[in-house]
Amino acid sequence: MTSSTAPDIRLAGVEKRFTADERTVLAVDRTDLSIRAGEFLVLLGPSGCGKTTMLRMIAGLIRPSAGTVYIGQHDLWVGSERNSAVTKDLGVVFQDANLFPWFSIEKNVALPLKLRGVQRKERLAKARELCQLVGIGGFESAWPRQLSGGMRQRAAIARSLSYDPHILLMDEPFGALDAITRDQLNLELQRIWLKQGCTVVFVTHSITEAAFLGDRILLLSPRPGRIDTEVVVPFPRPRPTSIQMLPEFQAIVQRLRERLEAIT
Amino acid sequence: MSWKFDRTRLITPALIVGFVLIWHFYVTWFNVSKFIVPPPLEVWDALVELLTTPSTLRHTWATLYETLLGFLIASVIGVALGTMLGKTPWLERAANPFIVATQVVPKVALVPLFILWFGFGPESKIVVAAVLAFFPILTNTVLGIKSVDFGHRDVMTVLNANRWQNFVSLELPSSLPAVLAGMEVGIVLSIIGAVVGEYLGGATGLGYLLVASMNNYKVGMLFAVILLLTIIGFLLYLLIGALRRLVIPWHESATINERAAKV
Repeated sequence: MTSSTAPDIRLAGVEKRFTADERTVLAVDRTDLSIRAGEFLVLLGPSGCGKTTMLRMIAGLIRPSAGTVYIGQHDLWVGSERNSAVTKDLGVVFQDANLFPWFSIEKNVALPLKLRGVQRKERLAKARELCQLVGIGGFESAWPRQLSGGMRQRAAIARSLSYDPHILLMDEPFGALDAITRDQLNLELQRIWLKQGCTVVFVTHSITEAAFLGDRILLLSPRPGRIDTEVVVPFPRPRPTSIQMLPEFQAIVQRLRERLEAIT
Repeated sequence: MSWKFDRTRLITPALIVGFVLIWHFYVTWFNVSKFIVPPPLEVWDALVELLTTPSTLRHTWATLYETLLGFLIASVIGVALGTMLGKTPWLERAANPFIVATQVVPKVALVPLFILWFGFGPESKIVVAAVLAFFPILTNTVLGIKSVDFGHRDVMTVLNANRWQNFVSLELPSSLPAVLAGMEVGIVLSIIGAVVGEYLGGATGLGYLLVASMNNYKVGMLFAVILLLTIIGFLLYLLIGALRRLVIPWHESATINERAAKV
């Protein structure tokens, strides 16, 4: 929630082509995009529109075929290596929780700190604190397989927050959950984001989820993926669930839905 | 609920008793020669004789020692080499024809060669036990290392994990269920290796005792030794199960064994 307007993430002429069986597919067309520090940006689009590809390029999990991704002032890539000086500030939450089944919940949450060489006692204390924050207190010593999908995803969020990243990238994190759990987690994500004050890039194909969470929504059109429409969502924070009943909210949803139908 | 549970617990003992009864009446009613199938009581007498003979302990210990040492050697080399091959695709491609070739050789056919090379002592049997157990452990380790989940890899990439951290926190624990599955097959093959080795050379071990019983037409004793070997095999199998619960308590297979142990 900083008032800074300096871009935190910047895509300059970024493009991604995939080649398979001598056929090249343009997944993400030449894209320029700036994301402010502290902004909650939503990438919305139908499946196959390249929104996940775009997010994975920002995460440094795949390299753009052309163009540059900047985190702060720095190039995300140094040669063929991820620039660890900037990627250490990135947290990523995937559609699957991707918890390691051989670690207890608290050890999963503490994993990033372990890799950074933080002492065991200190990192487990931090992990327990985060489990409280995301609402899975009391399950610290459980195995991941003993938890529900929603709780596993909470643990994944706690893990990505453990090293206080400036930027949180979320790839349909609640896509595999039921609608009730999803609404609840959206509300809690907002609370956590307001508390942590990080920049969030959130990928979803749910229009209401996008409108509820986003400061700004970028609607992507498929084949090739490119930014079609930009919508700013003006509602003040924290937004209660009841906001979805407001005519202004409905109008935004309606506008996005019509546009989405037009491009698919 | 509880009385029903008790009843299901009786099924296994009832099956064993039923089997022994059928065996007994088959042999007596059909007048089967006791040189073909001895009656259960004779096998029981032979088993008592076997277990009260002082030299049995020496034979059992010899077989157990060869089995366990062979298995241990196979595990160490199998896991180390399997990890290396699993992590180095070009090496695996290059080594694959050799692995397949050595795997399709009927390894029992190599036993005379090993006796020629390593003598009639325990060494040749240890080598046979190790060679037999080696391949399932190797191939399972390679499979385990290679089938690390892509989502888990992404997590480690995002966290800038180095090669060593990737190995310790991801690849090794992720491959352990497969490695232990290989070991479960391997330990049973190790016993086979040790016993077959003892058939052909030396004067110790339960394999030797089998051949000696056969040569003396002591069919009851033959059955008793087979029974003893089965019990040893069963105990070693349980040992791997215990290892599984100790090493991978997080894995579903550990709880399956727990449930199986309760029945």
